[in-house]
Amino acid sequence: MSGKPRLTYCNGRGRMEPVRWLLAAAGVEFEEVFLETREQYEKLIKDGVLMFQQVPLVEIDGMKMVQTRAILSYIAGKYNLYGKDLKERALIDMYVEGITDLMQMILVFPFSPPETKEKNLDSIKDRAINRYFPVFEKVLKHGQDFLVGNKFSWADVQLIEAILAVEEKIPAVLSGFPQLQAFKIRMSNMPTIKKFLQPGSPRKPPPDECYIETVLKIFKK
Amino acid sequence: MSGKPKLYYFNARGRMESIRWLLAAAGVEFEECFLETKDDLTKLRKDGSLLFQQVPMVEIDGMKMVQSRAIGNYIAMKYNLYGKDLKERALIDMYVEAVIDLNELLMTHPFQPADKKEQHFATIVDKATNRYFPVYEKVLKDHGQDFLVGNQFSRADVQLLETLLMAEECKPDILAKFPLLKSFKARISNIPTIKKFLQPGSQRKPPLQEKDVAKLMKIFH
Repeated sequence: MSGKPRLTYCNGRGRMEPVRWLLAAAGVEFEEVFLETREQYEKLIKDGVLMFQQVPLVEIDGMKMVQTRAILSYIAGKYNLYGKDLKERALIDMYVEGITDLMQMILVFPFSPPETKEKNLDSIKDRAINRYFPVFEKVLKHGQDFLVGNKFSWADVQLIEAILAVEEKIPAVLSGFPQLQAFKIRMSNMPTIKKFLQPGSPRKPPPDECYIETVLKIFKK
Repeated sequence: MSGKPKLYYFNARGRMESIRWLLAAAGVEFEECFLETKDDLTKLRKDGSLLFQQVPMVEIDGMKMVQSRAIGNYIAMKYNLYGKDLKERALIDMYVEAVIDLNELLMTHPFQPADKKEQHFATIVDKATNRYFPVYEKVLKDHGQDFLVGNQFSRADVQLLETLLMAEECKPDILAKFPLLKSFKARISNIPTIKKFLQPGSQRKPPLQEKDVAKLMKIFH
């Protein structure tokens, strides 16, 4: 028992990637167990390890945590990335939830039928440019380095992750957002995040055919 | 300015109902502003009142809060329904997130196309009775206490009761194999604030009728 958090998921981003980001940003080392076969998944269920028969699973501080948001809230709380009081927490929660809605579109995108892909990509672009990025561009006009309370928080980590993920699909997406461009550079240069962005880190690449195939194989009903 | 929280949403359960439950359970009086037409939604958007152009929105403590989870978190913390420490919060979060997943299925049922309704109903019953209810039945069995977490009334109890009642509306005998959930239901329903909320004339909303579905779709699309 190493004491490090242990993450169980497929070898890809999916719903676990925000957890990898947050732990990395907090400077916390972690281990990973990758699901490769359906048998592995069924064994986890049979062993009673997955509370609701689902991954992500994160073993941390003696708990077998499931449900991505529960896991992220716990990590944010534990490593002081959740603001200094209730109102800062409220802001962080609102920002994180908004970003999560955008990330959800990117999450499901690889699994959408080929004929809907172009439309879905347009939706992602539309939402990013018209609904979500303008909000954070405006927030950052407060002139501080971080989104909430002049202090690094879960909201900053979630936003940098989302910016990079959207840019992978729509390279010029930040062109109308100078504050976000500066934010992106600033966050990318924070030591723990810089390390996470380097090759060889636990950060996972964008989903490819192989990953999609593995996911469908393991979780197919 | 009455000082009471003010809820902006449709005159329906949807994503606001859990918030109504939580405020009511905490004994907090609140006001409601119902959106009836697309223009009502457009006006709120134009006013800049909706951070991500969406409802639910709750005016509380000088904030215009959006994102139902953020709102739920804030209310739970403020009124001491979120456990006594980080670990109890983690448990509450896990239980609540799973309940939200089940609620999502229940909530989207009226909007299913006619040819998918039966299949969707079967999925609801399967997930409720095989994935979710057994977990809460076991939690209650293992500790023998009145409440789900930390021997104290919390948000998890409120959200679970809400879901149990909605599931029963869907299939009246759905709790047949879950004796502890049945007694939980009776016990929590008898808590004075909740008992009051369950009475006719309270701000609890009825299930969505077929005729209201078309009206709601018109406001949204």
